[in-house]
Amino acid sequence: MPIANFLPTNADYARFLPELILTLAGVLIMFMEALRPEGKRTGAGLVAILALVIALPAAMMASPGPAFQGMLVIDGMGTFFRTLVVVVGLLVVFSSTDYLRRENHDSGEYYALVLFSIVGQCVMVTANELVMIFIGLEISSIASYILAGYLRDDARNNEAALKYFLLGSFATAFLLYGVAWMYGATGSTNLTQIRASLISGTPPPEVLIGVAAALIFVGLAFKISAAPFQSWAPDVYQGAPAPVSAFLTVGPKAAAFAVLIRIFLGSLEPIASSWAPAIWVCALATMLVGNFAAIMQSNIKRLLAYSSIAHAGYVLVAVAANSGTGSAAAMFYLAAYAFTNIGAFAVVTYFSRKGERYVSIDDFAGLAQRQPGMAAMLTIFLLSLIGVPLTGGFFGKFYIFKAALDAKLIWLTVIGLLNSAVAAYYYLRILVVMYFREPGESVETLPPAGALLQIAVYGSAAGTLLLGIFPSLVLDFANRAAIR
Amino acid sequence: MTLLDVVLFLPLVGFLLLLILPKESSRMAAMVISSAVFIVSLGLLIPYWFQYPSGHTFSTDIQWISYPPIRYHVALDGLSLWLVLLSTLLTPIAALVSWNYIDKRVKEYYAFLLLLEFGVIGVFVSMDLFLFYVFWEVSLVPMYFLIGIWGHERRIYAAVKFFLFTMAGSVLMLGAIIFLYNRTGTFDYGQIQGMIQTGSLVFDPRTELILFLAFFLAFAIKVPIFPLHTWLPDAHVEAPTAGSLMLASVMLKMGTYGLLRFCVTLFPDAAHRCAPWIAGLAIIGIIYGALVALVQPNMKKLVAYSSVSHLGFVVLGIFTFTQQGLDGAVYQMLNHGISTGALFILVGYLYERRHSLEISAYGGVATPAPNLSIIFLITTLASVGLPTLNNFVGEYLVLQGTASANFGWAVFAALGVILSACYMLWLYQRTFFGKASESLSHHMPDLSTREWAAILPLVILMVWMGSFAQSFLPSISVQNTAILEQTKKLRVERVAIPDRQTAEVSRANR
Repeated sequence: MPIANFLPTNADYARFLPELILTLAGVLIMFMEALRPEGKRTGAGLVAILALVIALPAAMMASPGPAFQGMLVIDGMGTFFRTLVVVVGLLVVFSSTDYLRRENHDSGEYYALVLFSIVGQCVMVTANELVMIFIGLEISSIASYILAGYLRDDARNNEAALKYFLLGSFATAFLLYGVAWMYGATGSTNLTQIRASLISGTPPPEVLIGVAAALIFVGLAFKISAAPFQSWAPDVYQGAPAPVSAFLTVGPKAAAFAVLIRIFLGSLEPIASSWAPAIWVCALATMLVGNFAAIMQSNIKRLLAYSSIAHAGYVLVAVAANSGTGSAAAMFYLAAYAFTNIGAFAVVTYFSRKGERYVSIDDFAGLAQRQPGMAAMLTIFLLSLIGVPLTGGFFGKFYIFKAALDAKLIWLTVIGLLNSAVAAYYYLRILVVMYFREPGESVETLPPAGALLQIAVYGSAAGTLLLGIFPSLVLDFANRAAIR
Repeated sequence: MTLLDVVLFLPLVGFLLLLILPKESSRMAAMVISSAVFIVSLGLLIPYWFQYPSGHTFSTDIQWISYPPIRYHVALDGLSLWLVLLSTLLTPIAALVSWNYIDKRVKEYYAFLLLLEFGVIGVFVSMDLFLFYVFWEVSLVPMYFLIGIWGHERRIYAAVKFFLFTMAGSVLMLGAIIFLYNRTGTFDYGQIQGMIQTGSLVFDPRTELILFLAFFLAFAIKVPIFPLHTWLPDAHVEAPTAGSLMLASVMLKMGTYGLLRFCVTLFPDAAHRCAPWIAGLAIIGIIYGALVALVQPNMKKLVAYSSVSHLGFVVLGIFTFTQQGLDGAVYQMLNHGISTGALFILVGYLYERRHSLEISAYGGVATPAPNLSIIFLITTLASVGLPTLNNFVGEYLVLQGTASANFGWAVFAALGVILSACYMLWLYQRTFFGKASESLSHHMPDLSTREWAAILPLVILMVWMGSFAQSFLPSISVQNTAILEQTKKLRVERVAIPDRQTAEVSRANR
């Protein structure tokens, strides 16, 4: 084969454009940071926002097809998730700036790390190759380990980062081990070829494939915080800086789900009967653990952490449905959840004040009287998390349970629906203190919200409502893009 | 765009308008908007004034979501017409009775009231199951806030209980709606109903029973049917007057409306099979509600339990599957809305004067406030079922229908009528007769003009509906005949086929 075939073409670069833009911007920020005169701001946040804004159309309009000899593939699903993580990045940057200034940590590295993490997620969601998935996962994870401990003088930040790093590396090792088994069993790490070998006349031994699939699943289940691999999530989400928690609950999670869907609903679909029961059990356990643990929380970040576990359970229901409508439902849900959760964390960020002193639910008492706008926005996010109609969360749940009923998962659906009624209880508790209690000292001293944070909050609310009133905008695309 | 769309969306526009208007004008704005909605909604009567069309009027059917095909399909018929009018009438009245009573966070209060009106009207006019569910849930949120923010001491407990009970029931209904969609490919109620009518959609008995129960549970919690009623007394006692009014008069009707519109027509066989059990629960509710009302020391709780009793009649009427039973049930829905609504308003008037809901805190009110006591008496008598007043007509029709279906049921149900006379007249006697204490006479001014304005329309309606039932009943009857036809025809066909064969037919259809 002539060497020219291995050189990337212009089309390859065009399909890889969003990652290139974000990487260059990240490197630029690192340089700006190194050359920064003492005591001056560099406008790194602005560079990050610009890069994301430019990357957004590049991600949306990338021409479909493979890139780099089929290592990456830009298909409907890749485009959907790449757009999603870029939007997530944009909202996270908006909600971070005020926070960093408040905590006196307004340095450019933060934005560079967010950009690198998003690059990793972009690679994950478009990878058509197990090794590429691993590389993407590592790029994304290493950046997020640092982000989780970004306030280096804060003990809880350190704890979160260390926990995330140790358990995360452990899980990645599982994934990598699974990749090795998969290569041993099928002779390939390419997802298309793995599928081909499974449906060929001489499929690889079931035991080998089963072990490989199980190991890969464990690695990914950790990333999406599915039970029984969820125990790191509450500590990390509670300990990390609030905007980072928002990022971690949606960005890496969405990317890991994309990988899960691509591997299991795509490549491993021929042996669905052997993995589907495992996902069924996992979905059930994740919903139950998340919801019932969340009931008992009094710290709002920890509550949202458990709630994020529960929501991962709902998405797993869609994966368990193992169908086109299932993967479309999962995609829609992750989009709706991204807006909702970033918005909810942005309000919490705003409210928590310097050093995150006010993160207990009781501190929110009377917020509705002092800051009616912010309280109303948080209400929209919480109603969306409950799944009340006219919010994105409702349609997400609706599509998921519709897909599950289509796939005849009747018990999973019934338990899932009842779970969402249980979940209403703990979200309502926040509404109760916000609206029904008299304002306390914590609310009286609340300064008005900064402009960038307001953009994040109102932007997320607009997204949540838009997906709730005109879900077709996203769902039609998701349906076309769905695997199978 | 039809007049019905205007009536539906005007309250939503009002809600948004209130959010941007300054705080001081929100009372007036809410009053003007809700009155305007009522006046506009009177236009809905036009097709029903001289004739009684049996099909839909004011129908709008446009696509909302392309896939799955969810349509914005709203329409009016003889059943929903009166419930819509009840909602639009009671909202300005609710705004009026809150005029002085609500003094904190006024703007949000009136905004939520209008949002509630939007939700309940939507429930009564949706002809798409999905749209129905959306409105069903949307109406839950403002009521949650109305109870939780402006209620009495245990308001938070009551509000959360109200929300969770309703939510628990409705998620299962959502599951059943999705199941129906997966079988039929549509959410449109008319289309699904048509498929059931023509026999192109047949469920095996077990599936039908489960689907029926999923819908039934959601509605039974809302009605509420014994033993699912425990949220109701809490919610009523803790809610502000207007909240109790909207809850009792309009929101409880969402449950009985759902039973009649969806439960019995979509799953007629299961409905017939369950009818004896449900009738049994309804009769227990009638008697139990009345007995508990009899011993309540708290006025609002008394009226709340009387609601359990009254709504038992409605449920009983529906599940007799007779023309009179259904007519009586629908008429009783409206009656209950008017007379129990009036009772809650009057109890609210007493509370505003003396700041107590305990019956023992009153006595001899008739002396300082004769007008109030006359109005209270008329309302009491209406609630008891005195001929020429509204409840008599409904209760009589229900009992007549019940007697023709099963005489034994009618005997027990009639006990409820007697008991209602006991608890209501006893309440009246303890509150208004006797010698007024010094402090009570001091704080018991008679009805103000505003209070007259709020209560008078309801009193007029009590007499009108009791004496001239012909103004209302024919359009209701036409609709009920159609519903009855839908539940009957199938039954005859199905009885001929043994169960196993039905199952095979349905399997073949899949």
